[in-house]
Amino acid sequence: MPQTPMVDHPDHEAGRSPSATSPLLSVRGLKTYFKLDEGIVRAVDGVSFDLFAGRTLGIVGESGCGKSISARSILGIVDRPGKIEGGEIWLQQESEDSPAIDLLQLPHEGAEMRAIRGKEIALVFQEPMASFSHYYTIGNQIMEAILLHSTASDAAARARAIELLGMVGVPNPERRVDEYPFQLSGGLRQRVMMAMALACDPRILIADEPTTALDVTTQAQVLNLLQRIQKERGLSVILITHDMGVVAEMADDVVVMYLGRAVEKGPVDEIFHDPKHPYTQALLRSIPSIMAKPRTKLATIEGSIPHPFARPSGCPFHPRCPDAIKGLCDVTEPPTHALRPDRAVSCFLYGDAS
Amino acid sequence: MTLLEVKGLKKYFPIRKGLLRKVVGHVKAVDDVSFSVKRGETLALVGESGCGKTTVSRCIMRALDPSAGEVNFTLDGRTTDLATLDGKGLKPFRRHLQMVFQDPFSSLNPRMMVGDLIGEPLLINGMSDAAERRKRVRELLDVVQLPVEYMNRFPHAFSGGQRQRIGIARALALNPSLIVADEPVSALDVSVQAQIINLLLDLQDQLGLTYLFVAHDLSVVKHVSDRVAVMYVGQLVEIASTEDLFHRPKHPYTEALLSAVPKPDPRAKTERIILQREVADAANPPSGCAFHPRCAHATDLCKQQRPALVDLGQGHQVRCHHAHELDLKGVGSLA
Repeated sequence: MPQTPMVDHPDHEAGRSPSATSPLLSVRGLKTYFKLDEGIVRAVDGVSFDLFAGRTLGIVGESGCGKSISARSILGIVDRPGKIEGGEIWLQQESEDSPAIDLLQLPHEGAEMRAIRGKEIALVFQEPMASFSHYYTIGNQIMEAILLHSTASDAAARARAIELLGMVGVPNPERRVDEYPFQLSGGLRQRVMMAMALACDPRILIADEPTTALDVTTQAQVLNLLQRIQKERGLSVILITHDMGVVAEMADDVVVMYLGRAVEKGPVDEIFHDPKHPYTQALLRSIPSIMAKPRTKLATIEGSIPHPFARPSGCPFHPRCPDAIKGLCDVTEPPTHALRPDRAVSCFLYGDAS
Repeated sequence: MTLLEVKGLKKYFPIRKGLLRKVVGHVKAVDDVSFSVKRGETLALVGESGCGKTTVSRCIMRALDPSAGEVNFTLDGRTTDLATLDGKGLKPFRRHLQMVFQDPFSSLNPRMMVGDLIGEPLLINGMSDAAERRKRVRELLDVVQLPVEYMNRFPHAFSGGQRQRIGIARALALNPSLIVADEPVSALDVSVQAQIINLLLDLQDQLGLTYLFVAHDLSVVKHVSDRVAVMYVGQLVEIASTEDLFHRPKHPYTEALLSAVPKPDPRAKTERIILQREVADAANPPSGCAFHPRCAHATDLCKQQRPALVDLGQGHQVRCHHAHELDLKGVGSLA
């Protein structure tokens, strides 16, 4: 089992530092492949990370890096032909004395896994319109989750739905509970989505690009809401996003992914102020900044993200990497080098190989 | 020298109801918008979804017919109001106004090869000689930094960034004076987005292009534009040089917008201004200033009277009753 971080960086607000000795959720060597006629897509290829109680883990990366598939793998809801080919996903049980369980050992459609989905680990999707049913009121959809995981009566579930809507800041929850998703704006839909996810009081919330479809002022509202709920309930959050700004503001710990690999891990401050992996360094340099001088060019990363079928040999980043070592990076995949228990980088520039 | 002058532009969409589809009201998508763009500069049009920024750009391109107002376009010293022209009259102007679209996946015909895609505007505008066309396509591919071999491939073979380069080459084919770019980088990944932003900046320097850059991402806007116009519910609320607008905003909405942008630095402890409620409905805008229900500084005056766009000097215009009294925070004033 991985250890708790030894060094807690000073940027943390009180109450957000890890309290548990072991992670709440620990993903080890996760591999999720898509076997297609054209070949195998290694969407997630040996990814490991830890989520600690009460903290936010940001998973960042560009399209195709496997961040969403990692999240779906945790819940066992990877769409076919995707299949989890290996790894372990350890979930700490509610009572500290019980041993952690490996979610991958549970049958995907079994009762145990169904009890975990929604109740222990809830998911908020990017596109709220696509994740609601059009034919049921939002109240009905929230109640469904409550009734599935508890013995509450219909009336009690409805009261709880109204309470949840109020909690996530939906105005007039008594009236809104009977509305359909299409009657709501994007920001409200995302709030309802959050209410639905919180319906069964989960311990872990996975938010997959929760604000990507929203305008910037609405995004600010939703991020604020997420922070408030996390504080109130001591939720642990996995935040998946491509937006480095959102990660910087929300996350305590960060995993940077590229083509199915976790290339770098660490506390948020170190990822932004002392990035180790050439990809992280280049990515940070290429972000447009609101503080920039008008009309300044950006640093770029050569080339583009390879097609999933044409995955480069060796380190997946080597064709675009300014520091690539010929005869090494293009041949061998770099191992993950732990700089500290909470800090790791997959690159030959670090560790014994250098 | 002014290339484009938009004056009192309005676009109302009728709301129809009932069996006879009677007009019961209007969505005022664009309501009295005026600005001008100088030759060789970039004006960014920013705002949140539904604010009317795309409608403005479409009225300029005459993909939509404006309900009122002028779109004055100056070509070789002669100014023409595009808003008054019919299809035939517009034809000679079309080649001078080109568009770059947001979605590089749906804006290229999947059945056409890259060479034909870029050559199409040339063919339509009378370059009938195939060899001549191929030569121009080669030049254009070179300009957007794509290998010439790509000419005989189909769009599906390309990544988002490469497709956007093809879209840009297509827009450049006829040597336009004005390029309207509607969210040209928002569908791209960060690492690719930077390449396209740089390309747009380079092309402007090389070819003396003028851009109307429609975008919602303020960080991108900061990198590309000379001046910025902010829209809210169909109206311009503020227009200023990029430097002024970002560092010395005068409209509370601009201030809120700037503060809401997540900063890619965990040490930047900024106070996000959280706007209450939702964006006003353009079919039923609030009385007075459209922003007053969400504004922290709103007074009775704001509820009753619609503010006019006033000039505070140096081309900094703002639509706010209290622009003179308010002390608003820009991005520079962050600790």
